[in-house]
Amino acid sequence: MRSQIEGSRAVAEAVALCRPQVIPAYPISPQTHIVEALSERVASGALHPCVFINAESEFGAMSLAIGACATGGRSYTATASQGLLFMAEALYNAAGLGLPIVMTVANRAIGAPINIWNDHSDAMSQRDSGWVQLYAESNQEAVDLHVLAFRLAEELSLPVMVCMDGFVLTHAVEPVDLPDQAGVDAFLPPFRPRQVLDPVAPVSIGAMVGPEAFTEVRYLAHVRQLEVLDRLPDLAGELAALTGRRISAVTPYRCDDADTVVVALGSVLGTLKDTVDELRDEGLPVGVVGVTAFRPFPVRAVAAALAGARRVVVLERALAAGVGGIVTADVRAARPGVACRTVVAGLGGRPVTRASLRAMLLDAVADRLEPLTFLDLNREVVDRELARAAATRRSGPAAENILHDLAGGGR
Amino acid sequence: MNGQRTFFYQVGTFAVGNRLLDPAMRAGQADPDRANALTSGHRACQGCGEALGARYVLDAAMRATGGKLVVVNATGCLEVFSTPYPETSWRVPWLHSLFGNAPAVAAGAAATLRAQGRDDVRVIGQGGDGGTVDIGFGCLSGMFERNDDVLFVCYDNEAYMNTGVQRSGATPPAARTATTPVVGDRSGNRFGQGKDLPVIAMAHRIPYVATATVADLRDLEAKVAHAMSLHGARYLHVLVPCPLGWGTASGDTVRVARLAVESGLFPVFEAEHGEVTAVRPIRRRVPVADYLRLQTRYRHLFTPTRCDDVLDAIGAVAEDNIRRYGLIEHRDVEHREVSP
Ligand SMILES: Cc1ncc(C[n+]2csc(CCOP(=O)(O)OP(=O)(O)O)c2C)c(N)n1
Ligand code: SF4
Ligand SMILES: [Mg+2]
Repeated sequence: MRSQIEGSRAVAEAVALCRPQVIPAYPISPQTHIVEALSERVASGALHPCVFINAESEFGAMSLAIGACATGGRSYTATASQGLLFMAEALYNAAGLGLPIVMTVANRAIGAPINIWNDHSDAMSQRDSGWVQLYAESNQEAVDLHVLAFRLAEELSLPVMVCMDGFVLTHAVEPVDLPDQAGVDAFLPPFRPRQVLDPVAPVSIGAMVGPEAFTEVRYLAHVRQLEVLDRLPDLAGELAALTGRRISAVTPYRCDDADTVVVALGSVLGTLKDTVDELRDEGLPVGVVGVTAFRPFPVRAVAAALAGARRVVVLERALAAGVGGIVTADVRAARPGVACRTVVAGLGGRPVTRASLRAMLLDAVADRLEPLTFLDLNREVVDRELARAAATRRSGPAAENILHDLAGGGR
Repeated sequence: MNGQRTFFYQVGTFAVGNRLLDPAMRAGQADPDRANALTSGHRACQGCGEALGARYVLDAAMRATGGKLVVVNATGCLEVFSTPYPETSWRVPWLHSLFGNAPAVAAGAAATLRAQGRDDVRVIGQGGDGGTVDIGFGCLSGMFERNDDVLFVCYDNEAYMNTGVQRSGATPPAARTATTPVVGDRSGNRFGQGKDLPVIAMAHRIPYVATATVADLRDLEAKVAHAMSLHGARYLHVLVPCPLGWGTASGDTVRVARLAVESGLFPVFEAEHGEVTAVRPIRRRVPVADYLRLQTRYRHLFTPTRCDDVLDAIGAVAEDNIRRYGLIEHRDVEHREVSP
């Protein structure tokens, strides 16, 4: 059914269609609307017999999901930013235990300085946690990805994060098409794990594994992740039969004969495509590659999509301080030998405008792009702070240092 | 009982031998068909109070639930010594997730059982004092506050034993640990207000809170059985001496636990919905020094010179417990009959 609906509500509807049995949740913007909508559905009895639990923290929420899932209950939660970091230890644990929990991450920056707006720092920080990470470009894709996520998670015994840009998607009201219950039921069979906590067949789960077997367990975790890439096309095909829309790990846009291609994840792809359309109209051979599956990283699909490119620009919504790009490293490994530039953009919710992207792409095409560029960086502010710091090396928080100097503070 | 009257004092230790008891009153461990939830072959130290306590707790719970039990364990000695992969000593469905999340994981298990209409299967969460009063405290308090259907059992050996005997929030004053060393005239752990988790649990007004020790295993079993007859959040705090961390003889575990009670340092009581409902009276009060002297973690209080000021301060703690819980009101207890 197609309706005009807020992204968060649409995701809540999609999750509800997947018949979760336990939903532990803890509030953090911009994820709250999702779990609020789900709590409403549980309270009204519409999701019976699902149990909604107000956790005491995100660490508690993920731990509740771990217990619920290990006992054989389909479990879902949502978080963002500081909440995702607060869960970190439990995230690795859920993945290590092979628990197919599905979680929405409403992508948001990480402090300090505290910032509630969108970027990908949160999810990127957990890229090695063993969770599958799928990034939605639109609310429609977010809905479809959630339905896919449960099936993928349960088949491969892996937890899945569906990442959607905070506010930009979660709070945007757009037309979204929701599959019907019968279709989702046919796509997603009941959750039947191989080993659960059950007095009928007692098992010990979570033992202390030593050097003699640890590598094997980790290797299997890696292979299981890679299997996602093999399984995804089939599952996406099945889902497409239901929705009419096909999800893929990597989606090239106007890449044929493009010699400059931008790689990106999430909602910024919309603006990027518009920009590329504009430049194409002007005769510039540019294209875009959207990465939906970031973990596992679809090396072959990315390499294929970039096969014709002479220059690659990776547009990053996060920063690895001290290195620069995060996605860049993986893209470079997929296409070794091709000039690969990193553009860090849209940190902490700074709008990534078509004008800025256009200027950046024109620089890229003219080989004027630095290896690492911060889009729309206010040079005046940073140069002043850098000069001050060079003159007096004393510790202090950057944001507050800037203020201190603006107020004419001493050294 | 053939009308024969049995007095506690007849058996010196105050423990009543099972042979003397009516079958219905015998300890669960006397039952040849006991569950052996934590079976032999694990790697606990000789005389480990935690291994002893856990076996009694879980066997009693198995008995009370007809074997329908799921157990979630925090990281700590109990987890490490019981499950060196690929072996396990557990004969119950058992899950270890993390150090600080056992109460939440247990609550999650209970949630699934509820959602699936299998509430007849009951859930126990368990961990050491560190996993309970310190790192797991947030999750535990949340579990209490929501009144999740979980019995959480803390095996309190008064320090982080698994990592080599460091101080926890449950380490008593003056005790030497690896991080509260005795250096010069600095005497082990500081005196503070303590972190009295049973009382904190009571403040949540949960259905049931109890303390127990491995000195009175019959009492421990009875408390577990009672806890399993109730629903909602329940908390059981069991004092479990640790020969390695306390510096006690392996054969003294039960004796040391008993002296903790008889000195007044460890009050044994039950509470329902935040109100104390029963207290285990002290039968024959002993000076705190009798308890402390058996433990090398307190050796600095006795050698090279006896620290009477510190011993008096610890004695005051015991005195305060005795007053607060009315631990020696029933002076006729030594002659209380056991027979029905
Ligand atoms: C987050 C985290 N911090 C620290 C540890 C290290 N650690 C493992 S067990 C343990 C001590 C456990 O102490 P306690 O809960 O009292 O149980 P005990 O071993 O004394 O029975 C510690 C500190 C850990 N595993 N996880
Ligand atoms: S260190 Fe203490 S708690 Fe740990 S196994 Fe040994 S006796 Fe038991
Ligand atoms: Mg301990």
